[in-house]
Amino acid sequence: MIDNIVDITLLSFLVILALAIIRMRSLFAVVMLFSGFSFLSAGLFVVMDAADVAFTEAAVGAGISSVLMLATLALTYSSKNADKEEKPTAHKPWLPLSVVVITGALLIYGTYDLPSFGDPDAPSQLHVAPYYLENSMPDTGVPNVVTAVLASYRGFDTLGEVTVIFTAGIAVLLLIGGRRRVKPNVKKNGGDREA
Amino acid sequence: MKHNLILRVVSKFIIPLIFLFALYVQFHGDFGPGGGFQAGVIFSAAIILYALVFGADKAKRVITPYVLRLLASLGVLIYAGTGVATIVLGGNFLEYGVLASSQVAGQHLGILVIELGVGITVMSVMLIIFFAFAERGQAVLSTKAESERG
Amino acid sequence: MDMILGHYNYWMVIIIMMAGFYTVISRGNLVKKIVGLNIFQVSVFLLYISIGNVKGGATPIIEKGVDLYSNPLPHVLILTAIVVGVATTALGLALVVRIKEAYGTIEEDDIHNQDQSL
Repeated sequence: MIDNIVDITLLSFLVILALAIIRMRSLFAVVMLFSGFSFLSAGLFVVMDAADVAFTEAAVGAGISSVLMLATLALTYSSKNADKEEKPTAHKPWLPLSVVVITGALLIYGTYDLPSFGDPDAPSQLHVAPYYLENSMPDTGVPNVVTAVLASYRGFDTLGEVTVIFTAGIAVLLLIGGRRRVKPNVKKNGGDREA
Repeated sequence: MKHNLILRVVSKFIIPLIFLFALYVQFHGDFGPGGGFQAGVIFSAAIILYALVFGADKAKRVITPYVLRLLASLGVLIYAGTGVATIVLGGNFLEYGVLASSQVAGQHLGILVIELGVGITVMSVMLIIFFAFAERGQAVLSTKAESERG
Repeated sequence: MDMILGHYNYWMVIIIMMAGFYTVISRGNLVKKIVGLNIFQVSVFLLYISIGNVKGGATPIIEKGVDLYSNPLPHVLILTAIVVGVATTALGLALVVRIKEAYGTIEEDDIHNQDQSL
């Protein structure tokens, strides 16, 4: 019962934060709200018994992602827009709103077939998971089943993931690694294309 | 610089503890929550904290970009190298059982080594990305000053 | 009542997902689009972890005296997905910095006007 209450409370905070991020115009506030959103979702992962995932989400979402977004805001600072606000959009919101509502309605209609939240007899808990839970100690001797599956049973996927993050590092180095070259006769506001 | 004083004193106290915690999470990933990714990110968060308080130039002297690029490749090399080592010792790719005397000991050793590789790569890539973002802003000022002078 | 108690997790996750989706397609600022994309990603992670949750189960770390564990497989998938997500976000933000250096602005309408591409 307490679990359910904590769950509902955290989820409603997340919904409120997501709706606030849509409405906010100051970009600095948006990044700070996103950092809080990420931290609350890490708390929600802990309530749902996913300790490793909560660890990673808190460190990566509330840490690295937010720092990089703040660095981007500092680099894209334009001198005439002192508060870093987004421009109010000139388009009417009816088309995106209707697309979003229709997609949401279809998805909610689809969730009627999903098993109940927390059901121990759901099909997803019956086939592969008991094999891992029973055999990870005799096979690998590692009590943390998530580490055993990640590193031993599904080791190829982790190799691919390490390669992906290595490639992302190389790509960021290629894009903004060197010092930026500025031609001598350049406009003050930072664009260096001829009009 | 009264405003910086609290930040500098507290961060000098906290950053070694963050390093220690990152090492703990790395090597106890087998027995509790944790593992390579989390440890790499926490380790890089400590150095990013140092860069935010003391300046990116000082942080680059703690760990130079050349060493970071080396470490990133080293992590992937450790991971793939373990797989090749298991082939050389007679098993399949990434079959850790052949690494030590018994199956279970080999699995334990293999998991430890590849988590180390993952942690090293993640730490260095996060720092590479952060230093790239931090350095990009400095370039504009220096070249503008040079073009105005010359 | 049973239906609501069993499915409210999924419904709230879908609301968050649609909020992120709306931010991506209707706002013009590039950094805000990337924030919306990250909100969408976090909602998908919440959906997967909700599917793997078992009522009364414990964290999947084998201990004496515990019988029921949560499903460890979604945790593994989402761990990989989080790290890939941060790689994509870092790359997207690097592209935003280069766009700013080339066009002088990060609002989508101004970029289209300068480019006359649409």
